[in-house]
Amino acid sequence: MAYRWKNDLTDRDVTDEAVYLNRRQLLAGAAAGVGLAGIGSRATAAELEPTSWEDVTSYNNYYEFGTGKDDPAKYAHRLTVEPWSVQIDGLVDSPGSYAFEDIMAKMTVEERIYRFRCVEAWSMVVPWNGFELADLLEMAGVQSGAKYVAFETALRPDEMPGVARPVLDWPYVEGLRLDEAMHPLTIMATGIYGRDIPNQNGAPLRLVVPWKYGFKSIKSIVRITLTEDEPPTSWNKANPREYGFYSNVNPEVDHPRWSQASERVIGTGLFARRQDTLMFNGYADEVGALYAGMDLTKNF
Amino acid sequence: MALLDPVNSALRRVPAWPVYICALLYAGWLFWLGVTGGLGADPVKKLEHAYGEAGLYLLIAGLCVTPLRRFAGLNLMKFRRAIGLACFFFITVHLLTWAVLDVQRLDRVWADIVKRPYITVGMAGFVLLLPLAVTSNNWSVRRLGPLWTKLHKLVYPAAILGGVHYVMLVKGWQVRPLVFLAIVVFLVALRYVPRRRSRQAGTTRVARP
Ligand code: HEM
Repeated sequence: MAYRWKNDLTDRDVTDEAVYLNRRQLLAGAAAGVGLAGIGSRATAAELEPTSWEDVTSYNNYYEFGTGKDDPAKYAHRLTVEPWSVQIDGLVDSPGSYAFEDIMAKMTVEERIYRFRCVEAWSMVVPWNGFELADLLEMAGVQSGAKYVAFETALRPDEMPGVARPVLDWPYVEGLRLDEAMHPLTIMATGIYGRDIPNQNGAPLRLVVPWKYGFKSIKSIVRITLTEDEPPTSWNKANPREYGFYSNVNPEVDHPRWSQASERVIGTGLFARRQDTLMFNGYADEVGALYAGMDLTKNF
Repeated sequence: MALLDPVNSALRRVPAWPVYICALLYAGWLFWLGVTGGLGADPVKKLEHAYGEAGLYLLIAGLCVTPLRRFAGLNLMKFRRAIGLACFFFITVHLLTWAVLDVQRLDRVWADIVKRPYITVGMAGFVLLLPLAVTSNNWSVRRLGPLWTKLHKLVYPAAILGGVHYVMLVKGWQVRPLVFLAIVVFLVALRYVPRRRSRQAGTTRVARP
């Protein structure tokens, strides 16, 4: 099931040291049409210039380590990520605790260069390494009654200074509809730029759903539960008027606090122009069908 | 009170103009950092936040002047105008950073002012500060007389709006903005502590604006 989606950029473009250090070349490679066999998402390869490692790993929202953008990079090193295991339960054939290494031994890790759009109206391009969530769910055996997938982040008061405060109802929880979870674009990321994923980005494994606002892509997952009913999600619980279950990137449906029509691109400097936000974050061709017939202003 | 007399007389010899210089230097330095990549991944937000915070600090500093004199006998009155104008300066560049560097389009600026409650509230605070900034000069004080004092009470609602604006703009339930709002409300409430009959020596000089 791996490799069901192909990047416009190839592995080499990002992880090759020389290219990594020289973004000019990276763009040149992309413009030359390397690996343009990718599914026709509207964004051209040139638009997908990966955000620098420095910015991707220093500008994070991970409220368990504090609400400041630089708090996660400062404090997340305290998180013990080895050993790690993920409890997979609910409507699955083989429920249980899966050790991280055992999962990795069975999964095929590939590179996915995705746009990443935060609900706060900023965006990045991240070269993730990870495996398709569908592969993990199939390993556990999804039962026929399952309609949703619930996720939970680790809750470690000793290691996470941010959870001492009730900013959210800890632990952080998220959820997807089963078809969203099984979609080829949906991955569990375990690396960035070919290196192990840093703690502040959600080590050792996190969800990445590129057509949804960043907060759906839950970090440092310890539990995955297949359910029949729509599971609760943290931001929706905190403020149902502002955050819906779906939270698909949608330039036409504004958040009460931020217009979602455009975004600031991280790493482009003080005087950069804002960029128009694309429907489903530019993945409309791939995922639009999942929401056919739904009123997206109601199911926001 | 007598304890602070030497301090007060020393302060009398300190000019107020360095306050303006510091405000300009700090704002300019932040901007320079932004231009040269020293404000991290998202310089626009960082600058917007830093200017907003400076404005809030100075708003609070300005609100401290009268209670400090009344309850502690420390006389910072001669710095009050400079503090107020520096505050207005930071709120203005805060607003400009948001409009010019962040939102970038006039139609969206307007849409945000009307549609986003935290912006509406911040803007209301800014609008209340406008007449205060315009009348912060000796000529206006003389011309307006007692009306001047009345007019400048607008700083109380402006400060509270600024504090509420901060509480509204953060995600989730965060302590820091609530603490700032509490400080502002406390400082405004101090104005309503009833006065005792006698006033102490040291503080009898008529307040200069
Ligand atoms: C009394 C006037 C005002 C005060 C005291 C004030 C203060 C602040 C403070 C303290 C912050 C948060 C800084 C941080 O998180 O570190 C902030 C953020 C902000 N303010 Fe203001 N502000 C005022 C007026 C305005 C006005 C007039 C506007 C625009 C019309 C505005 C727009 C913003 C925006 C857009 C943010 C950032 C929101 C975000 O993080 O996305 N503010 N302000």
